[in-house]
Amino acid sequence: MTNTRFLRPWFLSGPALLLFTALLVAPLILTGLLSFHVFDQVKGITQSWTVDHYLAVMVDPYYHVIFWRTFWISALTALICIVIGVPEAYILSRMSNPWRSLFLLVLLAPLLVSVVVRSFGWSMLLGPQGIVHAVLQIFGAGSIRILYTESAIMIAMVHVMLPFMVIPVWTSLQKLDPQVQDAALSLNATPFTTMRRIIFPQIMPGILSGSLIVFGLSASSFVIPGLLGGRRLKMVATIVYDEYMHELNWPLGAAIALILLIANLLIMVTYNRVVEGRYKKALG
Amino acid sequence: MKKNGFLALSFHTAVMVFMLAPLVIVCLVAFTPGTTLSVPTTSFSVRWFKAVFAHSDLVQSFWNSLWLALGSASLSTLIAVPGGLAMTRFHFVGRNWLNGLFLSPLMIPHLVLGVALLRMFSLIGVTGSFLWLTLAHVLVITPYVLRLVIAASIGFDRTCEQAAQSLGAGRLTVFRRITLPMILPGITGGWLLAFINSFDEVTMSIFVTAPATVTLPVRMYMYATESIDPLMAAASALVVCFTLLVMILIDRLYGLDKILVGGKS
Repeated sequence: MTNTRFLRPWFLSGPALLLFTALLVAPLILTGLLSFHVFDQVKGITQSWTVDHYLAVMVDPYYHVIFWRTFWISALTALICIVIGVPEAYILSRMSNPWRSLFLLVLLAPLLVSVVVRSFGWSMLLGPQGIVHAVLQIFGAGSIRILYTESAIMIAMVHVMLPFMVIPVWTSLQKLDPQVQDAALSLNATPFTTMRRIIFPQIMPGILSGSLIVFGLSASSFVIPGLLGGRRLKMVATIVYDEYMHELNWPLGAAIALILLIANLLIMVTYNRVVEGRYKKALG
Repeated sequence: MKKNGFLALSFHTAVMVFMLAPLVIVCLVAFTPGTTLSVPTTSFSVRWFKAVFAHSDLVQSFWNSLWLALGSASLSTLIAVPGGLAMTRFHFVGRNWLNGLFLSPLMIPHLVLGVALLRMFSLIGVTGSFLWLTLAHVLVITPYVLRLVIAASIGFDRTCEQAAQSLGAGRLTVFRRITLPMILPGITGGWLLAFINSFDEVTMSIFVTAPATVTLPVRMYMYATESIDPLMAAASALVVCFTLLVMILIDRLYGLDKILVGGKS
């Protein structure tokens, strides 16, 4: 009896474990192996081994440009999401229902709409016939091209990622005790000091986990640079796609994808350790 | 608590316009009578909607997406419910490890999952198989169901189960008559969230679909990289409407705000 009781959780999670082993663990290992295979233009993937694909990414300036672009676009997107998302979540938290729930839905519900549709919407807004272009021309900006530039990618990226910043900040704002704020104000703190010394430190963990999610998702996003960056402006995800579907150089594509995965995981783990660990200590 | 000032409200209005702009624009442009991407001002037409329904590739990939989402959400619920119960009802060696594994598709970029699955599918010769595509979708949507099942089965009173057991109910009867009805809102919510996530999934699917199994978002992505015309706007508007329907369903059955913020608020 004790024996079967020990096995029961494994029996219950067995089907899921089977699926995750077959479709997550095994394919990742296979892709790891694939990235070390030699690729030949004529023969395709051969059976001999090499680390050339990783070296190529480290050495070739073409990849440096793309990795650097992906990094700064993602970092800037996270920063803009903080600058827009944090005040917006705070403003929402000071509203009363039904406005509060309504606006929260407007802010978060786009998450459920396909990212292809949202990116396409932006490519129409930012295109040569779009409204943004017309408005810019009224202000005498001449004919600036926005679509297929880094700005276009970033505008759509902020739109898609903003909910991921608002959710954790909103959650930590809900945990605030309004009496602490009132106490600070009654002790003659200015609204600014209250904000800086009372509210901000308490929602900081929310901001940090939000920016982490936004950065990670931006760095690996595929549809947004694909639709708004055009053929010329590549990010890491879009060159992986090109290597797989156009160049047919799967080993190189696999190496780039794995570098992206490892970089993502490394950033998440260090960020968690360093920053959140410090906040846990500070807040008890 | 203080009220929002004028500056705060203007900022808020700007953010709301920013969030709604791309969705509103696709719905407006979809009604254009012309052939360019312009907002109709004088006359409206449904010609582009008719064109979407006459476009056999788009219609075919809509049905692919629908069946795929229905199948994968259901399969994923079937494996996530026992999985979630194992996580919450038992303390066993390797539980945290298993939980981490089951939630890891949320952390791994879908692009990486796509290339990894493409490699495996081509090695075992199942590229273009609808069944394996469904299993791939089950993998990425299971974390969503699992989280809601775990939240539901932590949040309820275990004494009901113990009462039933002490009254002589068998293990299966307890599950069927007590546990299942009590975690049912979590299961329904999880199923719907899984459904919409599978329906929207594009980055992984673009690697593992074949011409016959192409899903709607993949088809629309391919189309949009080549040409931008009102046909895409009409298709997008229909997707927005479809998503709205699912949202209303989620709201009725589980609570839209609860599912979006994460079940704890």
